[in-house]
Amino acid sequence: MTSVLYDTQGPRAKRRNILYSALFLVAFAALLWWVITSLNDKDQLAWEKWKPFVHSEAWSTYLWPGLQNTLKAAALAMVIALPLGAFFGIARLSDHAWIRIPAAAIVEFFRAIPVLVLMIFADAAYSAYTNTSSDDRPLYAVITGLVLYNSSVLAEIVRAGILSLPKGQSEAAMAVGLRKNQVMRFILLPQAVTAMLPAIVSQLVVIVKDTALGGAVLTFPELLASVSPMSAYYGANTIASFTVVALIYIALNFSLTSFASWLEGRLRRGKKSTGVVLAPAAVGGTESTGTGVGISI
Amino acid sequence: MSGPPVRRPRGRRTRASPHAEAREIVFDFLQGYDLLGAFWMTVKLTVLSAVGSLIWGTMLAGMRVGPVPLMRGFGTAYVNIVRNIPLTVIILFTSLGLDQTLRVSLGSDQVDTVNFRLAVLGLIAYTSAFVCEALRSGINTVPVGQAEAARAIGLNFTQVLTLVVLPQAFRSVVGPLTNVLIALTKNTTVAAAIGVAEAATLMKSMIENEAQLIAISAVFAFGFMCLTLPTGLLLGWVGKKVAVKR
Repeated sequence: MTSVLYDTQGPRAKRRNILYSALFLVAFAALLWWVITSLNDKDQLAWEKWKPFVHSEAWSTYLWPGLQNTLKAAALAMVIALPLGAFFGIARLSDHAWIRIPAAAIVEFFRAIPVLVLMIFADAAYSAYTNTSSDDRPLYAVITGLVLYNSSVLAEIVRAGILSLPKGQSEAAMAVGLRKNQVMRFILLPQAVTAMLPAIVSQLVVIVKDTALGGAVLTFPELLASVSPMSAYYGANTIASFTVVALIYIALNFSLTSFASWLEGRLRRGKKSTGVVLAPAAVGGTESTGTGVGISI
Repeated sequence: MSGPPVRRPRGRRTRASPHAEAREIVFDFLQGYDLLGAFWMTVKLTVLSAVGSLIWGTMLAGMRVGPVPLMRGFGTAYVNIVRNIPLTVIILFTSLGLDQTLRVSLGSDQVDTVNFRLAVLGLIAYTSAFVCEALRSGINTVPVGQAEAARAIGLNFTQVLTLVVLPQAFRSVVGPLTNVLIALTKNTTVAAAIGVAEAATLMKSMIENEAQLIAISAVFAFGFMCLTLPTGLLLGWVGKKVAVKR
């Protein structure tokens, strides 16, 4: 037990800690008791409500198709947002004011607006100005909203990654006669990408979480949207359905988060890059206006 | 635009501003909608959730750095579980699970009030995990010597935390907490999923009923920028002011 905040515990402190533990346990048990009794009162703990999830039918009919749509939307949004984000991030570092200022305005604009508003707008815009079929429209709207928002967040990550590199890198590159875009392509970007990887992976968590908005507000048939048909079909097992869906999200996002922090540790140790490896949550604090990466829905 | 001003015949409209008519034509899609009311609901959701999650988040951070293993475990588990669930799932669960299945109505029998309170509850539960993490990173920026000196003069854990470490930690995390607050402001739109009459709900119904898609979206985008950008600038300035210079 080594923390700077408290001393190694003597006999009295140990006794006190046991008392606190006991009190906490009692409070926690009371809460748990309340949850279980109220679940039981509403008959939500009955085995019939949970049984569907051990059979493959619920998974093949409801959960797996929903999860597929979630993953499809998240992957497509990431793949489209990444190059856009890189473009805007580099544009914000341009020496030309007529590139830098519009890029900054676009990035700040889309970071200031909720993803849901962007999705609602995209959905309405696709239905008003294009003739996409109403089956495809929710997917397109979700991806558009996610791309608009996340490319501006990724632009900030890219910018922070490039700015974190020591000045000597670009100075040395210019000294050997590389042009500006060569400095960016051969010297800065490759190093910045390594430094940014953890932050980019953890942005993927945000994207996965945001796809759930499409299911709740638009009619995108993703994982969360599978809850209501599922609980209707299996006899009002709302709690069970929510628990299973939440567990799937936790498993998916927790593995992404763990991968991001493993990557961060590995990159820190490996020292392949001269830049500071950006911690997943550390980006976004560079600007006074904007979202911390990792939070947002 | 229309050349020299046309002299109007004396009558009812003589004294009206020449722009009044234009304004009526451009903004007539706003007629009959309570735009300010919707944004006021967004502000109310934001402020109540911010206060709640600041309190609960600080308590979680205290648990996570404290000497009691059970509380540490609880704090860690809470943060890791809640951070990885979409807010939409949490908010929908408060309505479909807590309210409609378990009949937890938070002391009200009016549907609007119940949904508002449930949305605040969900936002607090979600946001406090991020507040906790921001605070914990702030605690890490306080130099070791500060806590060591506090212990050396005989302060116990609670005193070290509340008198020495947290005051310094709070000053260094104004920036990250501002980001959390801005994200919270934007996240209040998720309450639209359970029908709280806030900005995104109104935007959706206006888009369904009116033709001016671009104008409506621009109004709402502007409204959110009015909420988020000044918050960021103001608190960014405050953060620089109060930061402990090291």
